[in-house]
Amino acid sequence: MELGPSTTSRVIGPGEARRSGRRNSIIRHAALIIFGLFMLYPLIWMAVSAFKPSHLVLTDPSIIPTELTLENFRNGWHVAGLPFWVFFGNSLILAISCIVGNLFACSLTAYALARLNFRARKWYFAIVLVSVMLPIHAVIIPQYIVFSQLDLVNTFIPLVLPKFLATDAFFIFLMVQFIRGIPKELDQAAVVDGAGPFRVFWYVIFPLMRPALVTTTIFTFIWTWNDFFGQLIYLTDSGIWTVPIALNALLDSESNQGAGTLMAMSVVSLIPILLFFAFAQKYLIRGISTTGLK
Amino acid sequence: MTKTVEEAADVQPVWQRPSGPPKKTKRKSTLGRQDGVAHVFMLPWLLGLVFITSVPMLASLYLSFTNYNIMGSPEWTGLANYERMAGDDRFWSAAQVTATYVLVSVPLQLAFALGLALILDRGLKGLTFYRSAYYLPSLLGASVAVAVLWRQVFGHSGLINQMLEMIGIQGTNWLQNPDTALSTLIILNVWTFGAPMVIFLAGLRQIPEELYEAARVDGASVVRQFGSVTIPLLTPIIFFNLILQTIGSFQAFTQAHVVSGGTGGPVDSTLFYTLYIYQQAFVNFDMGYASALAWVLLLVIALITGVHFLLSKYWVFYGD
Repeated sequence: MELGPSTTSRVIGPGEARRSGRRNSIIRHAALIIFGLFMLYPLIWMAVSAFKPSHLVLTDPSIIPTELTLENFRNGWHVAGLPFWVFFGNSLILAISCIVGNLFACSLTAYALARLNFRARKWYFAIVLVSVMLPIHAVIIPQYIVFSQLDLVNTFIPLVLPKFLATDAFFIFLMVQFIRGIPKELDQAAVVDGAGPFRVFWYVIFPLMRPALVTTTIFTFIWTWNDFFGQLIYLTDSGIWTVPIALNALLDSESNQGAGTLMAMSVVSLIPILLFFAFAQKYLIRGISTTGLK
Repeated sequence: MTKTVEEAADVQPVWQRPSGPPKKTKRKSTLGRQDGVAHVFMLPWLLGLVFITSVPMLASLYLSFTNYNIMGSPEWTGLANYERMAGDDRFWSAAQVTATYVLVSVPLQLAFALGLALILDRGLKGLTFYRSAYYLPSLLGASVAVAVLWRQVFGHSGLINQMLEMIGIQGTNWLQNPDTALSTLIILNVWTFGAPMVIFLAGLRQIPEELYEAARVDGASVVRQFGSVTIPLLTPIIFFNLILQTIGSFQAFTQAHVVSGGTGGPVDSTLFYTLYIYQQAFVNFDMGYASALAWVLLLVIALITGVHFLLSKYWVFYGD
């Protein structure tokens, strides 16, 4: 289960370099590009279709547009009487709250598990590992019943509160592994200077954890932005809908929405993730390769 | 807060015990002296463990033995919900659909992931570019937007049929045909092989080049090197990906909900298990039965994970 950080890049042996000749590598590149295009074709087609008149979406498989229009975006912008930016705002508020919750709660727990010395630490860590695998379905029904009795359905609380209570165990695991890699001399020096565990956590460990915190932030954002199940259950009033729920509602009224409109709003809904991907690609890859996050 | 800081100050020399894998140290006698501080740090998680995880889990187990429609109070019915499952055709469909999905898509996904990781691994230029391109679907695959896209791609006049028409083949309506609807979702899952691929790439980098050198000196062919060096050293990563993707695939929901419009149709051919739980719990408000379904899922996932761990002894090779 333990995956070390992948910082050691492999050195290519001389024999290997000689063997993979120029022709060989051209063939490999060609194969990789063709396969990559094949994989990305649907996504490219979606992006282009967003700008095509609806009748062309259903007849023209090419990704070279012959006729461009912004009509699709205009048609899809209002869902359930609300402009799409309302759902963007809701998704953003939700994502930021979840990020704050995860950073706060998971880092505190991870610090205790990685650095403090207490009874049952092993047991707690085992619980963290096991809860990574726990399907949400085993807890969602009673949670829903309680939140609905507390009249908290149609608020973000049922979705955010668990993050402040460190239920995303994967991030605890990630942070524990990361803290274990921080040299102990650093916090020992702070202790010699008279710092207690809270000071050491806040002034030494937390700042040094930045790569793990960045990974947590990125993945919390993406997961929250993509999440459908939780938001579908808890957010039923259109005013509090998030982007996926609004998109799903648009889909339900498909009879009067053209294929182009659906493609257009799908593209719009993915923009934040694509931006995140463009800017944080390096951290994202490092995050999954060291921890197996998806 | 202040109190705990003082407590911490008292135990300063002690609490800086080396961390990492628990070790036997001469300070063992003082073990436990930081219980208080540690629990303050872990307070949010402990509250979550009790109120968000453990109590709801037990409540869900209790509800699974009751009849409860959210109005009124739960009515104890013993094993009735579990007996109902045995005769519930939709339960069996859901179980079969989910089993097929996991059994077909996970091995395919891992095969693609490993295959491409191997091609990308060997000192190829442009690794970052390819890795990003192949990873992108993993990032988007769980979203409603891509599920909507899939509906368009496999729809009656979707991308696939348009392309088939160009080469003169009359396509079917993939999503309306019970024989093909599930396959489209399997393809969607296989398409997101980028995440395990990135993990494989990281694993491949950790195999020391000397081992390949040694194998070459001994005259081992490329195939032999792959079988005797790469695969054995990669088994922990294969195992890790297998566990992760299996658990993830059991819980697939968004794609099935969006592609079938929440019905699991046609003829329940895309009725994923989680979708059935959702329908029973949040459409029919049959909370007791839904809880029983959820517990069966939990037990099946636990059982399969357990079996994987047991079997791993025979094929996963942990060096040193």
